[in-house]
Amino acid sequence: MAVFVFIEHREGKLMDISFESLSAAQKLNDTVVAVVAGENVSDLAEKVAKYADKVIVAEDPKIDTNNEAYTRVLNELIKKEKPKVVIMGHSSMGMDIAPALSVDLGLPIATDVVKINPEGGKIKVTRSIYNGKVLADYNLKNADTYIITIRAGEFSADDLKEKNGKIEIVDSLLKDEVADKKFVGYVQPVVGAVDITQADILVSVGRGIKDKENIPLAEELAKTMGGVLSCSRPIVDYGWLPKERQVGTSGKTVKPKLYLALGISGAFQHVAGMKGANMIVAVNKDPKAPIFSVAQYGIVDDILKVIPALTQKVKEIKG
Amino acid sequence: MDVIVCVRKVPDTAEADVMVEKSGKDIEKSRLTFTINEWDNYAVEEAIQMKEKYGGTVTVVTVGQKDVEDVLRRSLAMGADKAIRVDMEDPDDAYTLANILCAVIKNQKYDLVLFGAQSGDFNRGVTGAMVARMLGIPHATMVNGIEVLDGSIKASRELEGGLNEIYEIKLPALLTIQTGINEPRYVSISGIRKARQKPLEVLTPSDVGVGSIEPMIVLDKMYMPPPGKLAEFIAGSPEEAAAKLASILKGKGVL
Ligand SMILES: Cc1cc2nc3c(=O)[nH]c(=O)nc-3n(C[C@H](O)[C@H](O)[C@H](O)COP(=O)(O)OP(=O)(O)OC[C@H]3O[C@@H](n4cnc5c(N)ncnc54)[C@H](O)[C@@H]3O)c2cc1C
Ligand SMILES: Nc1ncnc2c1ncn2[C@@H]1O[C@H](COP(=O)(O)O)[C@@H](O)[C@H]1O
Repeated sequence: MAVFVFIEHREGKLMDISFESLSAAQKLNDTVVAVVAGENVSDLAEKVAKYADKVIVAEDPKIDTNNEAYTRVLNELIKKEKPKVVIMGHSSMGMDIAPALSVDLGLPIATDVVKINPEGGKIKVTRSIYNGKVLADYNLKNADTYIITIRAGEFSADDLKEKNGKIEIVDSLLKDEVADKKFVGYVQPVVGAVDITQADILVSVGRGIKDKENIPLAEELAKTMGGVLSCSRPIVDYGWLPKERQVGTSGKTVKPKLYLALGISGAFQHVAGMKGANMIVAVNKDPKAPIFSVAQYGIVDDILKVIPALTQKVKEIKG
Repeated sequence: MDVIVCVRKVPDTAEADVMVEKSGKDIEKSRLTFTINEWDNYAVEEAIQMKEKYGGTVTVVTVGQKDVEDVLRRSLAMGADKAIRVDMEDPDDAYTLANILCAVIKNQKYDLVLFGAQSGDFNRGVTGAMVARMLGIPHATMVNGIEVLDGSIKASRELEGGLNEIYEIKLPALLTIQTGINEPRYVSISGIRKARQKPLEVLTPSDVGVGSIEPMIVLDKMYMPPPGKLAEFIAGSPEEAAAKLASILKGKGVL
């Protein structure tokens, strides 16, 4: 039995989620088959082979980084090789591809999975729901193949074992170009005036700040501490701060000396962008907010009271 | 442009004390407040902005019991023309849900179908793309920008790290909408009252005409996450806690 791992790459680079998917696959103790599809992917395939028993390379310029094309290539390969499980990231790409494959092939799917528990021929998965406050186990309908997308950060690539698998090249599996969905190009993130990745101290605000009018309070604290103001995604969605200030999977990854999370719940998409900080301090009125399990120090209180108090104390200390 | 938007009502759990029921099959919902799924609110707004720009209609669809109707009324108040509710318990299984939504949508006139990128309660992110496949139309998930062309659209998809990718997609198509794509308008109580005159159709599962569907995924049990490593909590009034924190930061050489 084989476990397929769909390898995600972009602009010539392997994505981190590809290694995490390989790690999830290795834990199932089956033959790990990595699938690398696209144009000029042989060097990527070599890097992946280190951690797989086999790499299937589907070289095809027609794929043109088009998610629909990837879906069709995977469809052909799954029909041919009948893997027991297909693993890919619950990433932007995985969300486009995996549900389509599930319907096309009539295969059960579980998305955003944090744990995979095989039980004989069956598969049980664990998902984290309700803002990370509840875990839920699900059984997948009996099938020859299961499709699973994994949550970023849950299957550590540090545990990867070396396998040095062989590389197998398959002929173009994509019969026609995709007519109704054409990849046009990438749009790079705008470079703003402030680079939060360079700051030693980040004072970061989330939805708990409640109102645009309260942003200057946090701005003053940041200034007093000699730091820079950053934020969670909703603050950018609301237009209260520019995109360049956003920390997380769809924003920036930061590694400051101090990350002060104010009114941020600690969703995994946020945590993925700041867990590398030397020191994390969280202020949140909810003692069960997931942010407190990544923070070293926590204060359970109203940020609108703590922020001015902290600004005052820091001023006193700095004299 | 005729646009259909699928919406869901979800409990607000970001700030709530969430408890699992004794049965292990659900959470205790009596003390929670419910709202429209955040992603769906952006999707409804996007549809209404399209109507304002290009004409056409907006139809909102939900699957759920009577108590979810207020998300439809809210969407009608925002400017949708028509609402449809399939009167049944929201199925746990996204595949079952997708089959029902597909059966409803295929009998409607549409150029575009919008979903939220995910449900805030279960964060599955799977239903929209499944429905697209069942309808046999192209899709793009995680869309954060739409440009309407002649017979097609340009959709910007959000990738990781702030990167976007652009697809040109033929209509009819299905998109799942990411937060931040627009600024959803404010809905007043009086607006919701006025929208009571707009049509809200209630369909039974047999009207929809889907038989029994074998679920792809079945809940076994819900439980609280095991207690892990936690932060060292600093106690006291805001002033006391702030003073203690400031001295810890000084002690560690951060300040
Ligand atoms: C594909 C995708 C990508 C995403 N990318 C990102 C990303 O890059 N970055 C990101 O941050 N998010 C991202 N998100 C969103 C993420 O899932 C969460 O929705 C988001 O991080 C929540 O932000 P928040 O913590 O500010 O808000 P909430 O989750 O609403 O939390 C607010 C917190 O503030 C607390 N609070 C409220 N009032 C007060 C008060 N007065 N005093 C103290 N505490 C208070 C509450 O207890 C709560 O814990 C992404 C989501 C998706 C689907
Ligand atoms: N009960 C429902 N009725 C109608 N649409 C729904 C329902 N539940 C989910 N959706 C749609 O599916 C999207 C979320 O997909 P998912 O995360 O897979 O549940 C939501 O944003 C809605 O657009």
